[in-house]
Amino acid sequence: MSGIIEQPRFSCALAGQQTVLAIPKGIPIVHAGPGCAGKVFSFTAYGAGYQGEGYAGGGNISCTNSSETEVVFGGEKKLKDLVEGTLRVIKGDLFVILAGCTSGIIGDNVEAVASSFAKDGIPIIGVETSGFKGNSYFGHELVVNSIIRQFVGDITPRVREQVVNVFSVVPFQNPFWRADLEEIKRLLQAIGLEVNILFGHGSKGVSEWKDIPNASFNLVLSPWIGLETALLLKEKYGTTYLHYPVFPVGAKATSKFLREVGEFAKLPKEKVEAVIEREESRFYDYFVALGDFIVDMNNNIPFELYMVADSLYALGVSDYLVNEMGFIPKGVYLTDEPKPGYIPKIKEIFQTLGEEFKGTLEIEADGGIIQKHIREKIGNSGKAVILGSTWESRLAKEHNNLSVKLSLPINDDVIVNRSFSGYNGGLRLTEEIYSGIFRKGNISQTTLVQE
Amino acid sequence: MNTMLNLTEFEIRERRLRSVISYHGTASDLNEKSKKTALKCGSRTYQQCSDCSQGCAETVTYLIKDAAVIVHSPIGCCSNPSLTELQGEVVTRQRGLKPQRAQIICSNIREKDTIYGASEKLKKAAYAAKERFNPSAIFVHSSCAAGIIGEDLEAQTDQLEKELKIPVIPVFCEGFKSRIWSTGFDAAFHGILRKLVKPPEEKQADLVNVFNFVGNDTFSGLLKKLGLRVNYLVPLTDIRTISKMSEAACTAHICETLATYIANGLEKQYGVPEVKTPAPFGIKWTDQWLREVAKYTGKEEIVEQVIQSEHERIQPELEQIRERLKGIRVYIFAGDSYAHSLANMATDLGLELVGLTTLHHDQKTDGNTEELNTLNHLIKDKGEIENYSVCNKQPFQVIKIVKKLQPDLLIVRHMNMTILGTKLGIPSVLEGDVNVSAGYDGFIKLGKRLHEALLRKKVLKTIADHVELPYTDWWLQEEDPFYFDGGNKL
Repeated sequence: MSGIIEQPRFSCALAGQQTVLAIPKGIPIVHAGPGCAGKVFSFTAYGAGYQGEGYAGGGNISCTNSSETEVVFGGEKKLKDLVEGTLRVIKGDLFVILAGCTSGIIGDNVEAVASSFAKDGIPIIGVETSGFKGNSYFGHELVVNSIIRQFVGDITPRVREQVVNVFSVVPFQNPFWRADLEEIKRLLQAIGLEVNILFGHGSKGVSEWKDIPNASFNLVLSPWIGLETALLLKEKYGTTYLHYPVFPVGAKATSKFLREVGEFAKLPKEKVEAVIEREESRFYDYFVALGDFIVDMNNNIPFELYMVADSLYALGVSDYLVNEMGFIPKGVYLTDEPKPGYIPKIKEIFQTLGEEFKGTLEIEADGGIIQKHIREKIGNSGKAVILGSTWESRLAKEHNNLSVKLSLPINDDVIVNRSFSGYNGGLRLTEEIYSGIFRKGNISQTTLVQE
Repeated sequence: MNTMLNLTEFEIRERRLRSVISYHGTASDLNEKSKKTALKCGSRTYQQCSDCSQGCAETVTYLIKDAAVIVHSPIGCCSNPSLTELQGEVVTRQRGLKPQRAQIICSNIREKDTIYGASEKLKKAAYAAKERFNPSAIFVHSSCAAGIIGEDLEAQTDQLEKELKIPVIPVFCEGFKSRIWSTGFDAAFHGILRKLVKPPEEKQADLVNVFNFVGNDTFSGLLKKLGLRVNYLVPLTDIRTISKMSEAACTAHICETLATYIANGLEKQYGVPEVKTPAPFGIKWTDQWLREVAKYTGKEEIVEQVIQSEHERIQPELEQIRERLKGIRVYIFAGDSYAHSLANMATDLGLELVGLTTLHHDQKTDGNTEELNTLNHLIKDKGEIENYSVCNKQPFQVIKIVKKLQPDLLIVRHMNMTILGTKLGIPSVLEGDVNVSAGYDGFIKLGKRLHEALLRKKVLKTIADHVELPYTDWWLQEEDPFYFDGGNKL
């Protein structure tokens, strides 16, 4: 862990800037060297299938562009000037100062700078996101927790029944985050919950964050990211939480998920079951209609499954692909550097997905090692489907295997409202894989050209 | 003998070329002030994110065929290898070369390394690079974190060189060290000059060094007409070719900002003359460039004939394009020297240049020669530019300038800056691979691309009609885009 890395799959803690940007009218103020904000943007937003600068990202990000002067004499004064300028020039509802390596090593206190503005009622916080402190996942959770500590703050909750805060995908770092959150919100609303989704178009923005203490429970929909947030909220506001580690993809998993949430939230069972029945009926109508294709093309459909993604997507997607789609798992590589304390739990969850998964799990952030491993396992097979990043799409080409985009970096695909989550996402993933076989260029309705 | 090669580190641009990152006024005013180096590298009290030297060091070193690169930094600095991998696949195909992989490893500096030192990680990365890629040389990029914690990169790379028995080249491209990101080009080239380039064994009279980015092969065709060969440097070439660059007849570059440091070094150290005229973008500048190349390669007799026949060849198509682009008002945002090249081409194509922003400005040139002052050439050939500014990105300023001038077309050479035109509904062209626009054919191609951009306005309107700018009413209504320049407070 934290060793050298070839073929990076994440950026550094400063990628928390993208978490800020995922909140409607959230504005990052970066106190770092001149290239940092741009590099985070390039990897995390542009590298997520060309998700652009949006409202205030990319080149619009305010930055101290720290130079030698700040490194020698300290940069807090320059940061204060920058904050004043930002408040004057940029329209936003929440300003988040993010510290980079230069600031972190020389010891500027960004939280203190933020609070010198916050005391005048300005919605602003400071977060120590120096790149050397951790990766994008670490930065995301740190930003979320800091907003809760410094902005939502010490208030007495006025709990409303059946209101849930959702902590799940990491915006941008999980490239389908926008449509994932739409689908999750849609489903939770359908079973009767009021949802603070917190990020993306479906969020009401800062007012929703202010409402966090009033939720009746928190939902951590991820193997480990968000757990610390849930613990913080429990400690701060006494809110209970449901940890549901397997991100739901496809009908079986999503129905299971909805039942468990329904039970936890004590929702009327009939209502939950009615939603499940409606969704499943639709899902399987589509699926059954694929029967002709599946059976006619049986020999042409790849079935050896490789997956390179973070634990959130990897667990959820492989669950669906193996348990509903019948793929044979060969290698599942988790790239998100889960904290060591969470690893046994992740392994345990993985084992519950099915016997077939035995011996397939690797936790590794060095893409060079992952690819070497996959190459050895694949050999000359042309029957593999590899879900992963642009790196895996290159790897898949070596033996004309099928690649499907699932993780960062994605520089050779455009992502709009794609998502593999829930019922809709399961269908989308099915379509993605099955359509993909024709992109290989060696398959027609009756012919498979073996090379 | 040039003493700069004896130095471990080189002088950053602010000091060496007295570069600046903010200015507004006219082209001739900037040029006159620059001649007296009267401008200071001032700052803004409010600014948006810039770029860093390490990014430019990437551009130079990431796709050298048989080299590996270690980015000695936290992981966020090493964000572009997958883009490099794709580039290596696509561009080699165009050039008919073997596909190239990105051979890049990040040492992944973490918190405890900032306390106890990161040299073990660097060593581990270097050994891994040797094992995984078997490279002929390894470049080591420094970073802000490595620089501030005091990593002795010179001693470490010397030691690794002994252990691995291949050149290990330190690149001092710490982001905080210079406010001009192009300093990263110099950092990489300084390392290459010091550690890789050898004295010539045998001069090659028909070989022309062309320093370029990872781009299409467009110079071969141009130089072939003079019976010359192109030596593309340094991406997509190998260490051996790099070590022999001193054997070429002369050195040219696609952009003065990229390579005058090394071109000047080659001239001083090994007597390889530098082509001291603007790069071949636009008709007259291509003519001049060919003449200058011909001078160093003994092709003076045929060059006039080549120029004349090229002019005749492109004339019909050029007339057609000029007709299509007539009356179109263009704004250019690129930098530094390539903005001048773009302005030169745009006016040659018959467009009306309404203004120009460069990403930085060098008040001096490497080698201190007036011939390399591309701004001077531009003014001399094309006249005054009334709206001239220098902004190291800063879309909050540039969007105000562009909005006020309302050009019909925006040409940008910097990723993520093109969008500012789109948000205003102005057709915008990203000039990515500049090789494509070089020479007579490239110039015509640029004209076609610009015309195509004008045809597809509807998609831009769809965006512009629905976009919300992040700027306050105060800022959008403020008269002066340069309000925060020169230390102005609120």
